[in-house]
Amino acid sequence: MLETLLPNVNWEKMIEATNETLYMTAISVVITFVLGLILGLLLFLTAKGNIWENAIVNKVISSVVNVFRSIPFIILIVLLIPFTKLILDTMIGENAALPALIIGAAPFYARMVEIGLREIDKGVIEAAKSMGAKTSTIIFKVLIPESLPALVSGITVTAIALVSYTAMAGVIGAGGLGNLAYLEGFQRSRSDVTFVATVIILIIVFIIQFIGDSITSKLDKR
Amino acid sequence: MISIKDVKKIYSSRQGKVTAVDNVNLEITEGEIFGVIGYSGAGKSTLIRMLNGLEIPTEGSVIVANNEVSKIKGGSLRKARQEISMIFQHFNLLWSRTVRENIAFPLEIAGVPKGQRMKRVDELIRLVGLEGREDAYPSQLSGGQKQRVGIARALANNPKVLLCDEATSALDPQTTDSILELLVDINKRLGLTIVLITHEMHVIRKICHRVAVMEGGKVVELGPVLDVFKHPKEEITKRFVQQVTEPEETKETIEHLLELYPHGTVVQLGFVGEAAEQPLITNLIRHYHVTVNILQGKISQTQNGSYGTLFIHLDGEKEELSKAIAYIESQQVGVEVISNA
Ligand SMILES: Nc1ncnc2c1ncn2[C@@H]1O[C@H](COP(=O)(O)OP(=O)(O)OP(=O)(O)O)[C@@H](O)[C@H]1O
Ligand SMILES: [Mg+2]
Repeated sequence: MLETLLPNVNWEKMIEATNETLYMTAISVVITFVLGLILGLLLFLTAKGNIWENAIVNKVISSVVNVFRSIPFIILIVLLIPFTKLILDTMIGENAALPALIIGAAPFYARMVEIGLREIDKGVIEAAKSMGAKTSTIIFKVLIPESLPALVSGITVTAIALVSYTAMAGVIGAGGLGNLAYLEGFQRSRSDVTFVATVIILIIVFIIQFIGDSITSKLDKR
Repeated sequence: MISIKDVKKIYSSRQGKVTAVDNVNLEITEGEIFGVIGYSGAGKSTLIRMLNGLEIPTEGSVIVANNEVSKIKGGSLRKARQEISMIFQHFNLLWSRTVRENIAFPLEIAGVPKGQRMKRVDELIRLVGLEGREDAYPSQLSGGQKQRVGIARALANNPKVLLCDEATSALDPQTTDSILELLVDINKRLGLTIVLITHEMHVIRKICHRVAVMEGGKVVELGPVLDVFKHPKEEITKRFVQQVTEPEETKETIEHLLELYPHGTVVQLGFVGEAAEQPLITNLIRHYHVTVNILQGKISQTQNGSYGTLFIHLDGEKEELSKAIAYIESQQVGVEVISNA
């Protein structure tokens, strides 16, 4: 049945491409989470009236974040070709997409982290201080737990954006479903291949959204 | 226990300088419940926040439990803060932690091992009367219960001083009373020094031993609560005292009473301290040939005694009446004869 409806789909290739997309998304989500969290915390802590108040550091991080957040992803990939070549020695394959994916997504996530942290009641931070808490205690036992629902819903949104970034990266030469849809589907006019690749991407997005939403609502005790 | 010397706090902002606390000197002794009252913007919060180093005074020194809080920094300030706890108007609990975990938080900060921590938390839950709610999240608690968690959390590391910044201002009158009772209980049982700030005079009346009245960053009046209630000197203090004295003392009521009782005598009695607790009326009826009719009145308790006013109507032979009044006067009770029918 499937053969007649989708005559050009090579399922082995499709599965391989799905695995590549999942691999690129997973690695970039993990690194983006860590990097974005660090940047977001720095943005928050160095802001006016905060523990590490420092106008210069804040301004520098803020500008870098804004610049990278504003560059369209497809241009970012091209801009990053020399950098990627330097560290990975290749422009082809899943790993080649990672630097661009992370550099594109981490500033985006950092802003979401910052917003989440700003929503924490100032009084709670002050209460922790009044108990004699160190800055590290405040970060790990107050800031992160109290903003966790926002951090999780932020990484959900970022992960979904990363799935579509992987598809764009595929067009440039990284693997994955985007690459397959472009080379096998679009360039050879096999629309059934494009169709199946799209459906799989949608399924991935729905699954990420579902997992993110259920974790967020489970965490939120407010 | 607490010594505040020539303390000044000036905030500089774009609009200019604000002197939030202006040359304040206070000595608070161990085991005392000390109240600070003032209207919004008087500098109360600024003052209390200098007691645990959340604010640093621009001038002067603050010494709490032998720590010069206004000077120390880093590790020694953090250590000192474990002995100077604070509770807040909006409770400031971590919503992501249960009651038990919230109370355990200061113990985690102090590095108390887990087993001991759990034991201490159970003690504290019993102390503040939250048995059965250990695993609830703050969002599932009432305001009064949240403040009980705040108090338990503040007591976890056996502090020497408890600072209360408008701790009952977000609560209804009944809940306020129960929290105030808990504070008195803690003060008596643990000998804790309590500094409490508020804009409500009945909070001062109910639990404080001494009170400082703040206005424009300055302490304008200071003394034992009963003295301040008896003889308020400053205009602002009089206004605060009026918050809790009864409307019965107004002229209209007195006129109304005179109309109702054309015969005999209406007497206004003012009680302060010990006198308020004597069986004055009983003695009056036993020893004199007069009828006594209590019209209206109110006796309020403070931590250093009671005070209040009482309107009574006396009737009988003229001679007996004057003897009775002479007796009342001899009892250290303020007497004002309102009418002689
Ligand atoms: N961080 C700050 N920066 C600038 N000005 C401040 C700051 N904190 C307080 N002030 C000013 O200091 C004065 C005293 O404020 P404070 O909060 O101590 O008053 P308060 O007596 O606690 O009032 P309330 O009853 O409203 O809490 C106010 O005029 C306030 O505007
Ligand atoms: Mg205040």
